[in-house]
Amino acid sequence: MTKDAILASIRRGLKRGPLPADQRAMLEGRLATHPRHLIPARSRVPRPEQIALFIRNVEKEFGSVARIAAGEEVPEAVADYLAAQNLAPRFVLAPNPELQALPWAEKPMLEFEARRAQATDAVSVQHGYAGIAETGTLMLPSDAARPTTLNILAETEIVVLRASAVIGAYEEAWDRLRRERTDPVTGGFMPRNVMLVTGPSRSADIEQTLELGAHGPRRLHIILIDDDPAALPVA
Amino acid sequence: MVQITSPAFKQNAARALGDAGLQKALGKAKGAFLQRRADAVSRLPEFEQLRDIGRDIKNHTLANLDFYLETFAANVERAGGTVHWCSTAEEARATVLDICRKADAKTVTKGKSMISEEIAINDHLEAHGITPVETDLGEYIIQLRHEHPSHIIAPAFHLNREDWEADFRRMHTDLDPNRVFNERRDILAEARTKLRSRFLAADVGITGANFLIAETGSSVIVTNEGNGDLTQTLPRVHIALASIEKVVPTLEDATSLLRLLARSATGQDFSVYTTFSTGVRRPGDLDGPEEYHVVLIDNGRSNMIGSEFQEMLRCIRCAACMNHCPVYGVTGGHAYGWVYPGPMGSVLTPSLVGIDKAALLPNASTFCGKCESVCPVKIPLPNLMRHWREREFERHLTPRAVRRNLGLWAWFAKRPGMYRLATRAAMGTLSLLARGKGVFRSLPLAGGWTEGRDLPAPEPGGTFMARYAKMQREGR
Repeated sequence: MTKDAILASIRRGLKRGPLPADQRAMLEGRLATHPRHLIPARSRVPRPEQIALFIRNVEKEFGSVARIAAGEEVPEAVADYLAAQNLAPRFVLAPNPELQALPWAEKPMLEFEARRAQATDAVSVQHGYAGIAETGTLMLPSDAARPTTLNILAETEIVVLRASAVIGAYEEAWDRLRRERTDPVTGGFMPRNVMLVTGPSRSADIEQTLELGAHGPRRLHIILIDDDPAALPVA
Repeated sequence: MVQITSPAFKQNAARALGDAGLQKALGKAKGAFLQRRADAVSRLPEFEQLRDIGRDIKNHTLANLDFYLETFAANVERAGGTVHWCSTAEEARATVLDICRKADAKTVTKGKSMISEEIAINDHLEAHGITPVETDLGEYIIQLRHEHPSHIIAPAFHLNREDWEADFRRMHTDLDPNRVFNERRDILAEARTKLRSRFLAADVGITGANFLIAETGSSVIVTNEGNGDLTQTLPRVHIALASIEKVVPTLEDATSLLRLLARSATGQDFSVYTTFSTGVRRPGDLDGPEEYHVVLIDNGRSNMIGSEFQEMLRCIRCAACMNHCPVYGVTGGHAYGWVYPGPMGSVLTPSLVGIDKAALLPNASTFCGKCESVCPVKIPLPNLMRHWREREFERHLTPRAVRRNLGLWAWFAKRPGMYRLATRAAMGTLSLLARGKGVFRSLPLAGGWTEGRDLPAPEPGGTFMARYAKMQREGR
């Protein structure tokens, strides 16, 4: 079998047979404890500064952020953003209970359907799982309530994110996923797909010069709900 | 396999030097890469420490590669995916074709993947009636032009804007021939529109993998355009092509390497899309592929383990070495004659295709050491190229005239007194001949060498050894 041939060739190079049980146990221990390496100091700051760092990094990467005081203001923030961008008030919404429970009826001009995205959708409104301050990155794990297509098909993606879900480093987001999610197929924590998204789609393939809006969204807008008193800006 | 023209490196390089379009493209692009990387590194004070960590993670993985590959495969299967182990490019091609046929595929979209170039999957699919469509913007135009990438992360590095416009007019004949491309953005928009329907129609999506994660059985891709995500999300079948050294133990290990990758490659703090794919669509999911295959390819790499070239397997394909290479900077990537150009290619290509075909590549280096100094996983590239030169010499692949002169040099080098005497005489003569001009544009008996380079004339004040001895005497 090819598998055995490849493994045998590797072991020949390493000048040993299959690993003895004690060494396997050591490596399995490393997998189970998945030790962290160095985490850059830039995100090791008090909560208000972490949020500020997240916003600064999103904007550096050509994304935008609107900060609102409470979830009830999301429909208005969506309507305002679409109007400001001169976009039709129509979008596909992630079929997420938290998003569906928002007071959309207060903005009757907004038309939406809760489903996966299609090629004809110009705008998507996605649910953000975590924000990573270190580089202004969103973590978007797939599940029935957070379809992957909402991250890639529409020209404009709006992500609703709680400030309490903004953390410093990627490692903290992985640990949250490990803690909170059980996969129905593997029994582990990884969903089918996890996207780490940093700003809108771009390409520098033409003369190494950056242009926004390659195949994914041209605009990435984050509506940040200030649900974390400890993370509010220091007055 | 891609046609190997590495034995013609000298002719390829000479042609590249005379190609005005190529020189224009290289001149424009080079500085941008260097500046962006330098800026990104200066924004992260821990970058140097991370390089050591990256090296150590890769070394640990390679020392236990059998264990981590088996763990990875078991976890892919737990998530409903299939792993196909392939020793050779032929096996990998047959495997991919078989999956596509079973899926009754007409068209296949592709994310950017260098291993797919290495196994030449596009030609193989086409020969069997399946249309592969490259979706990365750079790869897309390369496919339109029937070329190969000239750079591992910027495939169209050798092209100018005029080339893009001309090729789009030539190939997109359904569009108004008099349309105007005012901005680069207009070129991008046209590609976006053209490829949209391809993404939606594809039956199979093929991507590469920047990393495989043993802990979770995930394949990871890193892109800026989002084409890789459309490729692996929309079709019913996703195939990830990956060579065996892409595996790392955990998400934490991958995360540390990701902190190095984008900064070293494009000078971004993080790429736009870093995506972890694990198995098939879960019950209740509204999108994602129903089949997930990982084609795990050896193609010569397991033979590098335990050899003096094992360190090359740490490579994370960032392209910093070629971006900083003075040779790549003037020849471009095609001159190297196979899939992987620049310093990393000069080490890897002989390992994968044989030193007999690639002997000139490890010689296409000034050993300035810049590649090693920017490598995010600290691969000693000049040293590895030197190992290849030794092997070339041992196998008598080095031309006779070079061997004779090396023998002559060695005779002197082993006799320090004679060596100093000879160098003093040579320097004196050269100084005399230079008459203060600073450089030689041409030299008798070395016309081939000076055709493409100038030789700096020796500075006055004697040889290094003479000056060093003088400084010692003077107590400086």
